[in-house]
Amino acid sequence: MTDIMHSLADIVGEDYVSSQPEEIYFYARDPGLMPPHEPDYVVVPSTVEEIQEIVRLANREKTPVVPMGAGLALTGLIIPLKGGIVIDMKRMNRILEVNEGARYAIVEGGTSQGQLSAYLEKNYPRLRHSIPDAPPTATIAANVTIHGQGRLTQQRGFNSDMVGGLEVVLPSGEVCKIGSCALSFGWFSKGPPLPDLSGLFLGWFGATGIITKLAVKLYPRKKFRDVEIFVTDRGELVPDIVYEITHTEMAEDVLIFTQPMPLMFRDNHHVSFYITGDTDEELEFKRKLIWKALDRFIKAKDGGFMGIPPAMKPTLLEMPQRSASRLADVKRGGGFEYSGPIIMVEKYPECSEKLKELASQYGLAYSGMVRVIDGGHSMMFAFAFAFNRSDPDMMENTRKALKEVSDFVLKVGGVYWKPTVEEQRMALENMDPNTRKLMKMIKENLDPNGIMNPGNWEFIS
Amino acid sequence: MKYEEIVHRCFRCGYCKLTGDYIGFNCPTYRKFRFETYSPGGRMWLIRAWLNDEIKNTERFQQILFSCATCANCVEHCVFPFSEDLVNIFIAAREEMVNNAVIPPPVRDYLKNINISGNPYKEPADQRGDWAKDSSIEIYDGHEYLFYVGCVGSYDERAKKIARTVGNLLLRAGVSIGILGEKENCDGNEVRALGEAGLFQFLAQQNIDLFKERGIKKIITLDPHAFNAFKNDYPGLGGKFEVYHYTQILTSLIPSHELPLKEYRAKVTYHDPCYLGRHNGEYNAPRKILESIPGVELIEMPHHGENAFCCGGGGGNFFTDILGGGEDSPNRIRVREALDMGARILAVACPLCARMLDDAVKAEEKEDQLEVLDVAEIVTRALS
Ligand SMILES: Cc1cc2nc3c(=O)[nH]c(=O)nc-3n(C[C@H](O)[C@H](O)[C@H](O)COP(=O)(O)OP(=O)(O)OC[C@H]3O[C@@H](n4cnc5c(N)ncnc54)[C@H](O)[C@@H]3O)c2cc1C
Repeated sequence: MTDIMHSLADIVGEDYVSSQPEEIYFYARDPGLMPPHEPDYVVVPSTVEEIQEIVRLANREKTPVVPMGAGLALTGLIIPLKGGIVIDMKRMNRILEVNEGARYAIVEGGTSQGQLSAYLEKNYPRLRHSIPDAPPTATIAANVTIHGQGRLTQQRGFNSDMVGGLEVVLPSGEVCKIGSCALSFGWFSKGPPLPDLSGLFLGWFGATGIITKLAVKLYPRKKFRDVEIFVTDRGELVPDIVYEITHTEMAEDVLIFTQPMPLMFRDNHHVSFYITGDTDEELEFKRKLIWKALDRFIKAKDGGFMGIPPAMKPTLLEMPQRSASRLADVKRGGGFEYSGPIIMVEKYPECSEKLKELASQYGLAYSGMVRVIDGGHSMMFAFAFAFNRSDPDMMENTRKALKEVSDFVLKVGGVYWKPTVEEQRMALENMDPNTRKLMKMIKENLDPNGIMNPGNWEFIS
Repeated sequence: MKYEEIVHRCFRCGYCKLTGDYIGFNCPTYRKFRFETYSPGGRMWLIRAWLNDEIKNTERFQQILFSCATCANCVEHCVFPFSEDLVNIFIAAREEMVNNAVIPPPVRDYLKNINISGNPYKEPADQRGDWAKDSSIEIYDGHEYLFYVGCVGSYDERAKKIARTVGNLLLRAGVSIGILGEKENCDGNEVRALGEAGLFQFLAQQNIDLFKERGIKKIITLDPHAFNAFKNDYPGLGGKFEVYHYTQILTSLIPSHELPLKEYRAKVTYHDPCYLGRHNGEYNAPRKILESIPGVELIEMPHHGENAFCCGGGGGNFFTDILGGGEDSPNRIRVREALDMGARILAVACPLCARMLDDAVKAEEKEDQLEVLDVAEIVTRALS
């Protein structure tokens, strides 16, 4: 045993640290397309104190630490690019408190989306959180760390906007409270009215600290929920359609999908909107307002409502949507990856055209999936390609297509979401130099030894 | 390796290790070891790496594969079309390891004992039927049903009691049963699960020939593991019998008053055995029996039915103990769940679960709070 191995075993217990080839193999990779890189150790801690000790040890040894949730970001963000210690957070999965009145839940840093959602459904049936369509093992902390989006994003913004406070282990090993909880027993705000320090951690991929607790804001769960799909074959009208729907302020969630299969879907753009209500009247009122808003497109014969087959309804209404994961089996090969830039809704037509063009150029199975953000200020446009893990050529073609997406995004004014290391480099190169300088200052001050998920947000001079 | 063409299709999304309602992790090995490598997705990726010669067959790899309890939680919850084959894939990988003779020593010993003694306990075959001594259970001779007890029911002290209780109940209800006594053979379910396909076929063939020779058409099993083998694996080898788990027979006897019951007051929670529940879809029969006992308050644990949490004894682990030990061994987690519900009785319908959970109650030092009883034992207490 090495000294580090001994020390880690002292911290978390022998059973929860490994440098065995099996863990080294598995934790060297994620399900996406980035090349693997091996960690030296994998640990599975269960307390904040253990995490503090691990980080202190890493600092002494100048060894990287990479926090990992479920490893589902797909863009290589948990691949230990410089080796070191991978910290699997999922043993820290307690739901610590639900404040029903102030509508927030405090959870540990490895708690999964599915677990919180099931817990609320059972114990607080009038509350919900903004669950993403990632598999339910995905962790809440990681999702806000990458500015994820969920079912309430159209109404409330990024999931990271719905954070009520953080507890973070800093690269020094100190524990720090962020938001109202720094001053109050209440975790109701991640910043205001204090300076909002949450920005030092949200969006940083663990490169500035490890979130050990966070408050997630909760929202009313209505008794009824329904979905409608408006279909048009004119992609250029989609921004208008979204504008009309969001103008009504009646929709919970607005998603758009465009995909070649089944055949009846090909070349169409499906704008699905979700509505909720505590009574039939409320639901019908919302539905009618949106119908009315879209009437002009129907009259102009530019689109219409799709009759949703009853068998399809539960699939569309489930949270998370399991069908999103099934894209990985389209090529019977266990893989898909997407680039999901955040971009203005007006760019939808160009994005969907680009997606089709790339799919045809590289012979790939594709799906375009959009989530409208914050009333239409922007959208996440997922350029998603399925690949077969045992077909290296297909994997290489998918990489090439995604590389082209990276170039395209900057041209159309988009901003990378959960960027690969290469996209992070491109973002840094292309951003306002003083912003880059500020980021560099923050990173170097917080993490002078460069031990936190190194390789990510690494600074070009 | 069988199923080699599927292994790369796992996306390691993790649905497989959860319950269907996502309330928590439900893969017993993952719950114990907590490294992704011990989850179904981890196994899939490691099997692929092993087949591609990226990792070797180490002791840890063996532990990862042989600790799988074959509980089929992953089969139930995986979202991909190959979900049905997940456990089969793990067994196929074990088969490869058995064929290469690189397996954990307890697995080797188990298989050796079955091969040599016909049972895992190295006990003499002529004592196999001793559990039925002093009872009126007869040797099979044209009875309507063969009552098949299995290795655990025949030799394990706790399980022998359950075998006697079930046998006596069936007799009392007028069911015509006979046993094979010293002629009974191992059913081979765990042998198959541990990857010794050749030995399994041999055992199955022996049993099929014996059953046919004795004119057996209908079988009642004590053990869901044997039930599974007879129902799902034997037909493919020419052994087509009418197979029942004993709870499926009892459930029809209680309403028809063959077994009149008086009040028995108890707060009971039922633990679904994986080979009765998920593997064979029988969730109702044991519950119906319990519900029909006046005074029994049946409460459900959060992990029940399709979402039941395995006791950790499946897939050969009852004998090899690769998954056992420590506070987070599945049987102890399960007992804590029952205690959290305030249950006084943890009902089971499998002799392996009974032993696993009994041991866990002792390890948790909760003998004064929770009793592990087979459904048949609860019925017996309520007999008028
Ligand atoms: C089928 C599918 C559908 C998806 N749909 C959505 C969707 O609808 N919305 C969405 O937002 N995303 C979606 N995703 C992307 C992704 O899975 C989610 O964002 C998910 O929440 C990531 O969580 P994770 O636990 O897997 O993160 P990981 O991949 O484990 O980690 C992501 C990043 O967070 C860091 N990190 C992890 N834990 C911590 C911590 N405690 N403190 C600090 N840093 C940490 C990691 O180092 C890494 O940089 C989807 C993915 C798939 C495969």
